[in-house]
Amino acid sequence: MIKTDILIIGAGPTGLFAVFEAGLLKLKCHLIDALPQPGGQCSEIYPKKPIYDIPAYPEILAGDLTDKLLEQCKQFQPGFTLGERAETIEKQEDGSFIVTTNKGTKHQAPVVAIAGGLGSFEPRKPLLNNIDQFEDKGIEYMIKEPEMYRGKHVVIAGGGDSALDWSIFLTSVAESVTLVHRRNEFRGHLDSVEKVQELKNLGKINLITPAEITAINGDSKLRSVEITKEGEAPFILETDHFIPLFGLSPKLGPIADWGLEIEKNAIKVNNALDYQTNIPGIFAIGDVNTYPGKLKLILCGFHEATLMCQAAYQIINPGKKYVLKYTTVSGVDGFDGTRKEAPKAVVKAFD
Amino acid sequence: MLDIIIKVTDREGVQHEVAAPVDMPLNLMEVIRMHELAPEGTIGICGGMAMCASCQCYVVSNHILPEMQDEEEAMLSEAFYVRDNSRLSCQIPISVDLDGLEVKLAPES
Repeated sequence: MIKTDILIIGAGPTGLFAVFEAGLLKLKCHLIDALPQPGGQCSEIYPKKPIYDIPAYPEILAGDLTDKLLEQCKQFQPGFTLGERAETIEKQEDGSFIVTTNKGTKHQAPVVAIAGGLGSFEPRKPLLNNIDQFEDKGIEYMIKEPEMYRGKHVVIAGGGDSALDWSIFLTSVAESVTLVHRRNEFRGHLDSVEKVQELKNLGKINLITPAEITAINGDSKLRSVEITKEGEAPFILETDHFIPLFGLSPKLGPIADWGLEIEKNAIKVNNALDYQTNIPGIFAIGDVNTYPGKLKLILCGFHEATLMCQAAYQIINPGKKYVLKYTTVSGVDGFDGTRKEAPKAVVKAFD
Repeated sequence: MLDIIIKVTDREGVQHEVAAPVDMPLNLMEVIRMHELAPEGTIGICGGMAMCASCQCYVVSNHILPEMQDEEEAMLSEAFYVRDNSRLSCQIPISVDLDGLEVKLAPES
């Protein structure tokens, strides 16, 4: 059981900034995210795109914003459960909550802050009617353990960075790698595209374009895929694995069944005070919440995270009066023993 | 400035005639969201960067649309339910030339 003060669901910008604000109040945080890395949409969808409305940053790349937020909250030593989706929540007699992920990891905290953005990112599945039948029996939508492909025949479909990068990587592990894409052009970093081209010329990647996987066959496990090249008759390719990499799309998912008041795919909160949901002790901050006048902006998420932490402080330290302190005056004391403080001014009198 | 009229068939097959102002920089995805023709969180997920295909639509009328850029074309090549008349509505800026445009939203994926 992982125990913490504030359990944050969603490691996007809002969740990461909440770690910093909580740290100033001596509250410890742990984050759960379905993605394998922190940053949420900023890291998953548009890391290389600029954002222009982060206060004091005339321009910052979404990926860099994630790095900065991680650096800012580092001394408060947040815990992470990554690559797992928060599945269930149970209220305990002492008022705390236990949140369990799809992999069974349990977390306990007196305060839960949902900073889940548009929801957890789920792989987009190709439209093949029997695809569910072979999930984890030869079909994987994410590569978690590359070793399982050692000595195997692998077919990858997709045209983005993950399809390119995994094709390149798997050539050093798998017996054969076939990359199928609907177009001749790939949408990836130039060096990845060039590397795939090079591996193709060396005969290490079997590149089939413009083509699509049009059927999958097997028994208790996947045996082959049917590939249709544009304007040609379909053919069967025997394979051990088929990895469709068509990106991820966010779904609110199990959180929708937690008894929270939901409106327009977002969680209703009390915006007059602290962004608490209809369940005391559970807060919703950032893009995942809604209230009159809500704007889905990162900077609004930062503000909401800050006020949520104040309410969390009151729940965890009942009756204790909090006095607002400025970081410039008080400095920042990390849980790792570090201290940041403003340098003392040099005072020297004239003779 | 006058609004133009756009006909949008939603994912349930219901056609809506909606007004789209031309005096502010809007794209078709934003107009569809403005009129709530698809549930929040199921359209315009990436915010309009041609990076998610959640705003894919089929262009039914014969309007001449701005040409597809590389990013849109690349995204559509990875999307599902794509047809010859598929476009990402976030890449279609609203202009007077689009008066009477008819589109159908692609299924959610």
